[in-house]
Amino acid sequence: MRKWLVVALTVGLAGLLALGQVYPRNETLYVSGAAWGPPTDWNPFITWSKANTSGTVGLIYETLYFYDPINDELIPWLAESGEWRTDTVFVVKLRDGLTWQDGKPLTAEDVVFTFELGREYAEIWFSPRWDYLESVTAVDPLTVEFSFKGTVLYQEFQSDLYNVAIVPEHIWAGRSREDITSGANGQPVGSGAYRYLTHAQDRNVYVRNEDWWGTKLLGLKPAPKYIVEILFSSNNVALGSLLKGELDLSNNFLPGIGSLTALGYVKTYLPQPPYMLSANTAVLFLNTTKKPLDDPAFRKALAHAINVDDIINYAFAGLVQRADPTGLLPTMSKYVDQNVVARLGFAYNPTQARQLLAAAGYKDVDGDGFVEAPDGSKIALEVTCPFGWTDWMEAIRVIAASARAAGINIQDRTPDYGVWNTALVTGTFDMTLNNWASLSNTPWTLYNLLFNHPIRETMGSGNFGRYDNPQLFALVDQLAGTPPWDEAGMKAICSQIQEIMLNELPMIPLWYNGLWAQYREDVWQNFPGATEGRPHWLPSTWAGYWQMGGLHMLCELKPVP
Amino acid sequence: MKRYLGRKLAIYALTFFLAVTIDWMIPRFMPGNPVQTMLSRVSLRAEAVDALRGYYTRAFGLDVPVWQQYLNFWRAVFQGDLGVSIYLFPKRVSSILMEAVPYSIALLLPAILLSWLAGNKFGAFAARRKWLDNTLLPVGYLLTATPYMWLGVLLAWAFGIVLDVFPIAGAYSFQMSPHLSWAFIKDLLWHWFLPFASLFLVMFGGWAIGMRNMIIYELEADYSKYLESLGAPARLIRKYAFRNAMLPQITGLALQLGVIAVGAIVTEIVFSYPGIGHLLMQAIQNQDYFLIQGCFLFIIMGVLLANFAVDILYIIVDPRTRRGMVGES
Repeated sequence: MRKWLVVALTVGLAGLLALGQVYPRNETLYVSGAAWGPPTDWNPFITWSKANTSGTVGLIYETLYFYDPINDELIPWLAESGEWRTDTVFVVKLRDGLTWQDGKPLTAEDVVFTFELGREYAEIWFSPRWDYLESVTAVDPLTVEFSFKGTVLYQEFQSDLYNVAIVPEHIWAGRSREDITSGANGQPVGSGAYRYLTHAQDRNVYVRNEDWWGTKLLGLKPAPKYIVEILFSSNNVALGSLLKGELDLSNNFLPGIGSLTALGYVKTYLPQPPYMLSANTAVLFLNTTKKPLDDPAFRKALAHAINVDDIINYAFAGLVQRADPTGLLPTMSKYVDQNVVARLGFAYNPTQARQLLAAAGYKDVDGDGFVEAPDGSKIALEVTCPFGWTDWMEAIRVIAASARAAGINIQDRTPDYGVWNTALVTGTFDMTLNNWASLSNTPWTLYNLLFNHPIRETMGSGNFGRYDNPQLFALVDQLAGTPPWDEAGMKAICSQIQEIMLNELPMIPLWYNGLWAQYREDVWQNFPGATEGRPHWLPSTWAGYWQMGGLHMLCELKPVP
Repeated sequence: MKRYLGRKLAIYALTFFLAVTIDWMIPRFMPGNPVQTMLSRVSLRAEAVDALRGYYTRAFGLDVPVWQQYLNFWRAVFQGDLGVSIYLFPKRVSSILMEAVPYSIALLLPAILLSWLAGNKFGAFAARRKWLDNTLLPVGYLLTATPYMWLGVLLAWAFGIVLDVFPIAGAYSFQMSPHLSWAFIKDLLWHWFLPFASLFLVMFGGWAIGMRNMIIYELEADYSKYLESLGAPARLIRKYAFRNAMLPQITGLALQLGVIAVGAIVTEIVFSYPGIGHLLMQAIQNQDYFLIQGCFLFIIMGVLLANFAVDILYIIVDPRTRRGMVGES
């Protein structure tokens, strides 16, 4: 009995010995803030779990293009160039000399294979592209031709160029439907600058791919040999670890970073408030199927009653900035029609909120300090966000308090995430915060969230307040179908959308959530920053951001001598 | 003997059935839809979300009537199939549990056994020794009345933050991957110590108090007085008293197992120690039916098996039970 135990232990420990190692500090970059749960899969076709293995796309697998949001520019990556030959033919030239991590060449066939997977399997996220994609063909080993039919959603396809990760045909071709659409892909072989090394419940470890094609063809070489991506149990632990210099880059939301930056403990992209770049818009969705939120005049009054500055100062300690009334991120500001905003925009003004309420017939009849609806019925609304999201919990407290100060009876409630989510998608909430449109290369991303249509029983991905306006929906569709080279056309449509949106105000954009990033330069220096002499890349390790500047950041890092 | 075991087993089987049924029911009565929650983490076009929701609802077997889900569940349990986790999709629940179990066992087993042995020894030693009794009693009561979580937080604060000598989260450092070296083993023990200590201390207090009271009681018993009047040495009397006092402590252990399991869950959560408790917490937060079921199933089986082991142990250490069972009393 005891002998067996010894044998088993020896074998087990020997197994561990074969795998393990210690990463030298001066060759390792420690990052955190991307994952919300333990790593489970390295399958680039399962999208919702990629936050937990954020390097899967960008570090391990690569996309045809990268995207630089700061300059709003697509960067040819696996592609050397791409050209719209006609309105319905897009031709991509691949770089000559691309290789997979196993040494095999990456060719046009791999690109075709990847897109074809979407045609074959409806479970793959880019499968609906085949509604307007007619064929993807390899003209020669370096040329891929996409041809389209019907109503082409150019805006959507354009962001696919830097989001669809190309997988090797010689490895994936033999796999079953289940393996492809929901397999863990435990030993990922991509084309990227890093390889998967190991993982545990609270970490992902990547090791540099010394044979990466980018070193030869682009002259880029990421500085850290190892990247250890940590899932911290709480943001306080992340902060402690960062201040001790054990963590190099934190992409967690850490309130109070502003004062630490001012004192020089950490660095951020901007040296002054709001310190962070903007990543997405926090929008207050209003349930337009409920009274009195179905009344545009009431919604407008509400928008004037919310004290966004208090949210910025109290909930976020100055780390965010007020959103444009259109909700478009600063990187999309060229699509904001300033005339429309000047005419119809809103800002915190309780006096005006009261006037708007009175003008629309909302009066305090029973003298309790809160207005009643024009038909005399009482108004009592709730604003919600999931429990535990401390910054948002404080934000809805401010929303409720400032609305009450203007005479609108609103209480804040924080149900559990599951309850909140159900209320959100089934439309039983009154008002709630949401920010599911992330940074992208097109204003359509935001409008696809705000005016998702048609209205269905479950609104799973936008327009949670069920605002129904066929004219507006037609404009959003028109925008989706506008080719990217027609910037004037895009602007014209955006202007019309903004006109309707600000007139009707079916939801209220409040502030921009930050691209949280704070770094210590104890081991690595030359992190991104807005100031002269620093690299201008997005300093983020979140899923989807490696190809939006994250990898470029790694290439600019320098070890501290 | 057979009848005794048969009756015990029947009770265990019934307990198992009820516990597992409740285990199946509770997550399903929680408000919310796990598939929707999972899909809400990506923003897609409406059609894509609808298609995916349908696909995964079917894949997880959530599209059939509730009674059918219940029957399917039992069938799967008997086939040893705990299903696929929703929150950690596409991992299988059984493989997730296998990763977490070693950590829980490494924490629980030494904590239970060592605290029981040390607590009993110390309680017996302290009884009727004035100065020890005066110090042990209040400290023991304090410890045993401390909620596990609270002591965990306190230890984490004192040794992790103020003194900064122990890590407050995780199972091993971020600069290592598991391998056989003194550095790694030291690191592992270093992370293990605080969660272990917080479990150990609370239980230790309880056992020590219990034993101390039992010994005092036994020392007052007739057989002790008799031995004493015969002029037996105090050591011998204490030895007999200890043996008799052990029996209620064994029963106590069986009764306490459930509480200890809960204690371990919260301790793991406090220290982010990657065992079953930590996993369970995340499973609940993410409404992962299958993972919640798996974790509870594991805990239920663990507690029942441990209880059974204590039952058997009781037969071995107490001759009276043995005789009672074969009817030779």
